Amino acid sequence: MAVDTARQAFDPARSWRLHPRVALRPEPFGALLYHFGTRKLSFLKNQAMVTVVQALAEYSDARAACRAAGIEDGDQAPYLHALGLLAASKMLVAGDRA
Amino acid sequence: MTSAVRVPRLIEQFERGLAAPICLTWELTYACNLACVHCLSSSGKRDPRELTTRQCKDIIDELQRMQVFYVNIGGGEPTVRPDFWELVDYATAHHVGVKFSTNGVRITPEAAQRLAAGDYVDVQISLDGATAEVNDAVRGAGSFAMAIAALENLAAAGFSDAKISVVVTRHNVDQLDEFAALAERYGATLRITRLRPSGRGADVWDELHPTAAQQVQLYDWLVERGEKVLTGDSFFHLSALGQPGALAGLNLCGAGRVVCLIDPVGDVYACPFAIHDRFLAGNVLSGGGFDNVWKNAPLFRELREPQAVGGCAGCGHYDSCRGGCMAAKFFTGLPIDGPDPECVRGHAAPALGRQRDVPRPGRDHSRGGPVPLTLTKRPCNESPV
Repeated sequence: MAVDTARQAFDPARSWRLHPRVALRPEPFGALLYHFGTRKLSFLKNQAMVTVVQALAEYSDARAACRAAGIEDGDQAPYLHALGLLAASKMLVAGDRA
Repeated sequence: MTSAVRVPRLIEQFERGLAAPICLTWELTYACNLACVHCLSSSGKRDPRELTTRQCKDIIDELQRMQVFYVNIGGGEPTVRPDFWELVDYATAHHVGVKFSTNGVRITPEAAQRLAAGDYVDVQISLDGATAEVNDAVRGAGSFAMAIAALENLAAAGFSDAKISVVVTRHNVDQLDEFAALAERYGATLRITRLRPSGRGADVWDELHPTAAQQVQLYDWLVERGEKVLTGDSFFHLSALGQPGALAGLNLCGAGRVVCLIDPVGDVYACPFAIHDRFLAGNVLSGGGFDNVWKNAPLFRELREPQAVGGCAGCGHYDSCRGGCMAAKFFTGLPIDGPDPECVRGHAAPALGRQRDVPRPGRDHSRGGPVPLTLTKRPCNESPV
């Protein structure tokens, strides 16, 4: 149920960025995220996802960040789903890019 | 996160090792005011070679560079180091979060206020019985009252979400609901972990480890009531009792792959339950720093290779428990590539019944001789250093 609410709350047409208290550590499989506030860990399981998350703040919406990472619109569903989960766990917050 | 994209399972990635540990335990001192019968690190007396404040800060600098997000500080009793708070402050100022384990001896009202004022420090109070009788038989006379006083001080100071850390034994497994109620009373979270036959734990394991029936009872309790209970993923050897995934957490041995231990003299071991030369990877002072030990120690490289399944090869549950705990096998004299001594399918029973060569703990900092299991008048020395 929490996930459903989160999916509604995550709007891929908006700008997003990492929470200021989240650190990203590159790993052979992708990256590790750690939230110093909630003490939660998350895993980014491939390089494309890492590229998307790192570039998120530079784009006016999440879809554009995916496109810039080479993920075409038709292939974005799993990435947007993953971003939605990160937003639900407060790893991501709404960005300020119009 | 991206489950639709074809990548190896995370557990397989983890088994090949990470750029830095996720879960790093750092024991700051072997000194302890208590003498718990099951102490993993055989603590008691301070080791004269323990790292200096400067050396500890150098390690913290290195952890920051490696992006080790937090350390689990323990001991011994870490708070008896005179520079304990200085090191905690230094770590959090350098973006290395601190979780520390204590028996509560130095969690005074002032210390509790100090902790409540910050936001980067988690506190774990050790308690091995929900009553003084059960607790003190294992941790020593007066230790229950000491832990409760610490919890009261923390709650009174407004420190939220302390952890009550319990090692599950034959004598407290019936108290799990009482522990949960105790946690509730202090606004704390319950954390329960597995008894390991490591350190002095080797001497009491036969008498203290939960019986086969109690393992089932523990598993059922975790599945039914364990949603908010932390376990440090330490009960993965029980996974084969039910459906895969019924127990939360990563069901794998992370030794040298995602987990390791730095001991008070800077020795790096594969995990906190493996203080023995067999699992010694190097030393932060002589081995080119922690980063180099973590990345290049031959032992760690070996642990990141595919491991032999050995005696578990014929078992249909291997994917659930992955052979269990390496340290538990080693310190009970069982082959590393075989079943866990508490294998829930009973596969360790024949080997446990045979003559075994049980290795002695690598380091012993106990005060005096062996610590007997039920000492009702064991002194509670508050000045160990």
